[in-house]
Amino acid sequence: MALEITTSAPDAALLDLPWHIPLAEWPDDLLAALPRGISRHVVRFVRLSGRVVAVKEIKADIARREYQLLRNLRRLELPCVEPYAVVAGRESATGEPLDACLITVHLPFSLPYRALFSQSLRKGTAIRLIDALAVLLVRLHLDGFWWGDVSLSNTLFRRDAGAFAAYLVDAETGELHAGLSRGQREHDLDIARVNIAGELMDLEAGGLLQEERDPIEVSERIVERYHALWEALTGPERVAAGERWRVDERIRRLNRLGFDVDELTMTTDIDGTTVTIAPKVVDSGHHSRRLLRLTGLDVRENQARRLLNDLDSYRAATDRGADDEELVAHDWVEQIYAPFVRSIPAPLRAKLEPAQLFHELLEHRWYLAERAQHDIPIGEAWADYLAKILPTKPDERAVVGTDTVEMPVLALPDA
Amino acid sequence: MATVKFDNSTRIYPGNDTPSVDKLNIDIADGEFLVLVGPSGSGKSTALRMLAGLEEVNGGKIWIGDRDVTDLSPKDRDVAMVFQNYALYPHMTVADNMGFALKIAGVDKGEIRKRVEDAAKILDLTAYLQRKPKALSGGQRQRVAMGRAIVRSPQVFLMDEPLSNLDAKLRVQTRTQIASLQRRLGVTTVYVTHDQVEAMTMGDRIALLNFGVLQQIATPREMYDRPANLFVAGFIGSPAMNLVAVPVTASGVKFGNHVLEIPRSELAGAGSQVIVGVRPEDVEVTSNNDGLEIIVDVVEELGADAYVYGTPSDPSITLEGAGDDALGKPFIARVDGRRVPAKGEKIYVYPNPDHIHVFNKETGERLG
Repeated sequence: MALEITTSAPDAALLDLPWHIPLAEWPDDLLAALPRGISRHVVRFVRLSGRVVAVKEIKADIARREYQLLRNLRRLELPCVEPYAVVAGRESATGEPLDACLITVHLPFSLPYRALFSQSLRKGTAIRLIDALAVLLVRLHLDGFWWGDVSLSNTLFRRDAGAFAAYLVDAETGELHAGLSRGQREHDLDIARVNIAGELMDLEAGGLLQEERDPIEVSERIVERYHALWEALTGPERVAAGERWRVDERIRRLNRLGFDVDELTMTTDIDGTTVTIAPKVVDSGHHSRRLLRLTGLDVRENQARRLLNDLDSYRAATDRGADDEELVAHDWVEQIYAPFVRSIPAPLRAKLEPAQLFHELLEHRWYLAERAQHDIPIGEAWADYLAKILPTKPDERAVVGTDTVEMPVLALPDA
Repeated sequence: MATVKFDNSTRIYPGNDTPSVDKLNIDIADGEFLVLVGPSGSGKSTALRMLAGLEEVNGGKIWIGDRDVTDLSPKDRDVAMVFQNYALYPHMTVADNMGFALKIAGVDKGEIRKRVEDAAKILDLTAYLQRKPKALSGGQRQRVAMGRAIVRSPQVFLMDEPLSNLDAKLRVQTRTQIASLQRRLGVTTVYVTHDQVEAMTMGDRIALLNFGVLQQIATPREMYDRPANLFVAGFIGSPAMNLVAVPVTASGVKFGNHVLEIPRSELAGAGSQVIVGVRPEDVEVTSNNDGLEIIVDVVEELGADAYVYGTPSDPSITLEGAGDDALGKPFIARVDGRRVPAKGEKIYVYPNPDHIHVFNKETGERLG
């Protein structure tokens, strides 16, 4: 049988991979990282034309379905890994049929939760991961995606200033609907809670959970955070007819949460004394869109917030409050941000992304200033950071690894 | 332990005119294994999700035991949705892997231990409870995962195509495992599949749906022997039943030139034509000019038996099918493997009169 490759970006190097060998037996020299831990399917990380891809061995129809689903999620601009190809029709050297492979592109600078926990952690990391996952789940649900297997191990995390941004990695159980019922959303949340608690208990059993926190308590946070965010984004609000400013206030509140309001319904009651407002369509990425528009920089939401704050400080410090915002932003990029990016030593570029480094630099400057009890020039802070802090950071460009127990069978009862 | 009742349960998706599940009425007995089967779009998964609380119910009610659960959230229904993906946690013991979800649910330690030990006994895992998953074989790991569902001891297990990820061989194995486990546990189970073979081999009873409407609910045997309508007749059985439109005569119906005696009373009001159904194993094959003339296209030899696939010589004779594949549907007959006709040969076929199915051509309903 001939190999059948479906891909959106054909690359001849794909043909050089040993498709006639079961994935579990691929030679070590092909792998970007040695397999670690155990997962439901056989998954391997492989170098392909200068990047790292994840290869997962599953049945062809499931591989194709997940590939399409991931493509649809990307089209909806939801944060998930990039599907790259499906390779079906595989056969071993002796003519035995082999399962198909789904290939996704490794998300640069993303971290599996286990990698985060094996580093010495800042306090509250577990909480920040859960918060990021709650945002991801709300975004997926707003667009009608039911995940079905929400867990930390099916998510990748990228640093986003002081927080994390979460990305969906495994869509195998997912379903895209026109909208989700409350029951479907609650079911996903329930799955999330059980999986997160299980994952944290496992870290605890392995002595990897440094914080003295009850896994069950932490897992409950996903439910609280999710509901709070869902309510803030979609909940109707009644305001008196004379208090129209509350409508603007609602929009600003959503902006602060990082969302833009695309559509809002307003209904007055019969005598016109109150108005009920409810956001209909909300879009995440309020700050990152604004920064992109002003500067052309494409970074994550909290990083954008941080850069925008610095832009504001720059504007105040240079006394250009009356100038056109775009012009000031242009000058800020020219004078502050671009020179900073150029000054990152090449060997350190694999450690953190520029926007994240900039955030760290601002943090570092703040610590230095606090210690010295006076302002520290950015150049001085940068020199200090480069000398003392950055060399101690691990490379995070391509941290890969798999998590759970490798199972020969995929479909079984679960609670 | 509980009964389940769909009581005129209806689901209409927003923006649709026709219900995805239309006035479904099913009574499921305590401990019963009921399979919901049907082609894609039949409403079988929607019905299961209504029971799970994942889909709104727009009309009618759903009962678990004597509780009306129509408006309850999924976690208040005491059902376990058995889904395809699960993880085993490498640092936790087998016992903890099985019991941790109970801890989250706030069950006390002694009770968790008891339930885990009981489940381990059923699953033959007692000796492994203190080991890590790594030390187990593949089959034992599977059973640990089953244990996760069992320890919750829900009133009802719900399974939505749980075998769809498996290759054919594992599917057969796991099918048997699930069915025997369910019988040992005696927990009411509702199982969704599109595969009629799975339905026939696993269920105590089968409910067959099409376009959101229940076509028939019966034991596998009854469903096979007395399909209630043309859809059921075409869906259940592999290879499928042959369905041929034939003229009604004074004493019965005419199958080619073979007259099948059928009491007038059964054919009353059926019109001038009816559909006669005959399963491949109930076809009588002769070389005398008696019956419907068929030209043999393909012979599939299975050893003891062989299946003959052919086309009626008379092009005006059409074979009805259950699905979209009615066009070019062959007539299929099972014959003795030692006496198979040759490709291109003319044979004559008619149904064994003891196993004949007759359907109204207009309504598709079974006659008699």
